[in-house]
Amino acid sequence: MTTENEVKDIPMVHLTINNIPIEVPKGTKIMQAAQTLGIDIPHLCYHEDQRIKAHCRLCAVEVVGKRRLLAACSTEVWEGMEVHTDTQIVRDTQVSILQLMLANHNKDCLSCPRNQNCDLQRLCSRFNIQHSPLPSVLKDEPRIETNPSIVRDPSKCIRCGRCIRACKDVQGIAALTYAGRSSDIVVTTAFNKPMEATDCILCGQCSLVCPTGAIVEKDDTNKVLDALQDPQKHVIVQVAPSVRVALGDAFGMEEGAIVTGQMVTALKLLGFDKVFDTNFGADLTIMEEGAEFLDRLQNGGTLPMMTSCSPGWVNYMEKHFPNCIGHLSSAKSPMSMFGAIAKTYYPENAGIDVKDIVTVSVMPCTAKKFEAARPEMSRNGIPDVDIVLTTRELIKLIKYVGLSFKNLPESEFDNPLGLGTGAGAIFGATGGVMEAALRTVYEKVTGETLEKIEFNEVRGFEGIKEAVINVKGREVRVCVAHTLQNARRIMEQVKKGTSPYDFIEIMACPGGCIGGGGQPIGTTNAIRKKRMAALYEIDRGLPLRKSHENPEIQTLYRDFLGEPLSQRAHELLHTTYHKVSKPYEFD
Amino acid sequence: MSNQVKFLTKNFGQYDTSSIGSYMDIGGFEALRKAVTMDPEKICDMITEVKVRGRGGAEYPLGRKWSQARAVVGENKIVVCNADEGETTTFKDRELIQKDPFNLIEALIIAGYVCGATDGYIYMRAEYACLRPLLLNAIRQAKNYGFLGENILGKGFDFNLHLYSGGGAYVCGEGTALIRSIEGKAGRPRMKPPFIKVSGLFARPTCLNNVESLSIVPHLLVDKGRVYASCGSGESIGTKMISVAGNVNNPGVFEIPFGTTVREIIYNLAGGIQHDREIQLIQFGGASGKIADASILDTPYTYDDLRNAGVMVGSGGILVIDERTSVIDFLRMNQEFFSEESCGQCTPCREGNLHIKIILDKIASHTATQEDIRIMATIARVMSMSSLCGLGETAQNTLQSAMLTFPEVFEVGGTES
Repeated sequence: MTTENEVKDIPMVHLTINNIPIEVPKGTKIMQAAQTLGIDIPHLCYHEDQRIKAHCRLCAVEVVGKRRLLAACSTEVWEGMEVHTDTQIVRDTQVSILQLMLANHNKDCLSCPRNQNCDLQRLCSRFNIQHSPLPSVLKDEPRIETNPSIVRDPSKCIRCGRCIRACKDVQGIAALTYAGRSSDIVVTTAFNKPMEATDCILCGQCSLVCPTGAIVEKDDTNKVLDALQDPQKHVIVQVAPSVRVALGDAFGMEEGAIVTGQMVTALKLLGFDKVFDTNFGADLTIMEEGAEFLDRLQNGGTLPMMTSCSPGWVNYMEKHFPNCIGHLSSAKSPMSMFGAIAKTYYPENAGIDVKDIVTVSVMPCTAKKFEAARPEMSRNGIPDVDIVLTTRELIKLIKYVGLSFKNLPESEFDNPLGLGTGAGAIFGATGGVMEAALRTVYEKVTGETLEKIEFNEVRGFEGIKEAVINVKGREVRVCVAHTLQNARRIMEQVKKGTSPYDFIEIMACPGGCIGGGGQPIGTTNAIRKKRMAALYEIDRGLPLRKSHENPEIQTLYRDFLGEPLSQRAHELLHTTYHKVSKPYEFD
Repeated sequence: MSNQVKFLTKNFGQYDTSSIGSYMDIGGFEALRKAVTMDPEKICDMITEVKVRGRGGAEYPLGRKWSQARAVVGENKIVVCNADEGETTTFKDRELIQKDPFNLIEALIIAGYVCGATDGYIYMRAEYACLRPLLLNAIRQAKNYGFLGENILGKGFDFNLHLYSGGGAYVCGEGTALIRSIEGKAGRPRMKPPFIKVSGLFARPTCLNNVESLSIVPHLLVDKGRVYASCGSGESIGTKMISVAGNVNNPGVFEIPFGTTVREIIYNLAGGIQHDREIQLIQFGGASGKIADASILDTPYTYDDLRNAGVMVGSGGILVIDERTSVIDFLRMNQEFFSEESCGQCTPCREGNLHIKIILDKIASHTATQEDIRIMATIARVMSMSSLCGLGETAQNTLQSAMLTFPEVFEVGGTES
């Protein structure tokens, strides 16, 4: 944390930008210095959460005394610097670079998934690029649509390298890289294999930072629209905890705004027969995973146990640490648990034929699409979850039907699968699953009521957090990590057998699901932190904050499942994992 | 002024390049013995006094560079010899390595001593693979004789030398790309800062020098007759290795005193134009160099005179093109080179080279419009002003100088023919 005193200790540098004198702390880059004056220097490869690349050169500015233009993203200001952002050569450069990009770009903007949400399009509009005098040099490259999660369209790629940095620096995977040189340079995978056949774990962080439509989620909105139009079908939807604090971004609301009520209304107006809450599934996960942890702890099972609700993380284990999959909790994710209940308990009670039920889930995640397609997540050919939409696709649907989202009245989730506790809500933030589990495990073991239910040690944006919890004389060592870069560090210990922990939570994406690869375009770490805070606010405001206190969960166990880890619970709510050494195949 | 001088080339043919003993017989390693008795800063001063500039093309003063390298705070500093020599028509460094390998080794050890480095790397272009055994042998013998390794000449100075071959990319002559190539990464330039002198090879402070710049130093240290200082004048003191290629009768590498005229170089040293044809153009400094027409012939070959004449010393390469090749065809050939060799990371260079090639082809086929010419000039300017590295910055030097020197070639005649 930067305190005010520390800020004062940084020497200030005086410079002028477009003849306006300003003073900024030493170390500031020209781009940020200009921002303080309200000057937005155009950029495409620059991303505030990534290390600087200085590839696109759109941010080139003139500095008096320098023969060449300097990149505003990478150049630190100096005392007496005189910057000009709007001279003829700067403008020529900006316009030329955009024209050069356009000449090598698939300009089917009107039918592009990123239409009206594209950085390149925005800049072309800003610089009034009305026609490009350059002939098209675009090579004929088809879309690559080989997996259920991510679609690549090389014809839209501007070679900015943001996806490469996200994959390598955030996840430590480096499935995407540059290959070739000069105008043949491309962003691709090793040996041009489909992403799923590489080290890629389909987290979608690449799609979140892509400035254009070169990497996008697989669009399943039409499947949902078709299902909603089918009078035979009973279409139910579940929404992940992190979607309700991200959705508002796309509709001009404050970042991190809690829009649960409007979201439920929107889904009802879209025509879903029932709008349920994945928080219910999260509570169920805690019941099963908590019981499994206690079982492992007390009966000498494999420890540390590791959470399994993040599908990118599960893919990572299967691909990168296949010999450690015994550490993964066998509990399905909240989404898939919910799906299993929605295809068994729910139709039985509601008197609906399971074949007529379509389960849709709205997730912050591209890897969830893959999870839903796993054969383990189905029974007798009936999948737990039929269609997974990302937050981005829900935004599209809401726009499609023309709803004024901001002004929608609020409404409540339907019952019985719409009731979730605060413990379920915080699943969306890194550390949330651990905290939710501790709330339940502690009370189950001790039989006492937790005095203070907030476990602050496992909250926050730090990459790896740890805590020791005394549970009735037994010290339980827990660890929480997000991003696979951090997960790898934890896993190296687990692999060597030197891990000091009993229970580890891992989320593949930065910040957890609130920063997932399916969240709205424009998601940054600053926004992730606001969403985290919003989830904890939701938790605070709920009357029930422990999963085992959820009355609908209690009813479910009483009437249907029996006990956690019962045979039926195992059949419906638990799964298996396997080593992945060959490409996935999809029909 | 005589255009025959032997300073850098004085050892050529004088010793058995496979034998350190033979090298020592003609005074080899005397410079190093002298250097280690000197205050390193004095060596920098000595270099600065005769105004040695980096011979790779950037022309940065060598004495200042070494002095700055000394001043950088950091452990395990590195000196790197850039023997990538990727500029077209440039092959002087090959001669220096081939005919005097021990001088280069000695120079690197001195550089290590002056800069306070523990390791030296020679990054040699892939095409010079034939010189690897020669250099490896020289390094091994120097190590056996105690000129490399620990406590060199009993002065408590440790230094080791490594040879690394490139993979064949022109851009790896650019400092940051060269360093990434040695590190085993794809040879693509990166943005600066961090500057190489602070964080270069393996993130260690690195001083990068051209073969020729380094090779000057041992000779300078034992230059009792002040031969070097007596050559040239003004800002261009000493001698210069040049390589002449193209339509000349006697292409090759020559050592000239600064101040020799271009005419003397082409007509005396290089034997004049084949079949006495007319000169169409002369390109100075390789593919990234600028071009001139025959009016440059009486210009003395010095940094300032060439610059005033619109060209640059650059890599030291001189390409003479006779009347049979049109300016446009020459530019297309030159452009072909950059369209291949751009690394592709930054937009202006990646896309710009592609479009300039298209427009040059249109000019050659008489289908270019005035608008095309205007666009070409703009792209060239944007490339030189805003590219990420020196390759993009200089790739259109040839075109831009051609547009100044041969404006008639780019006239469409007002009609959209």
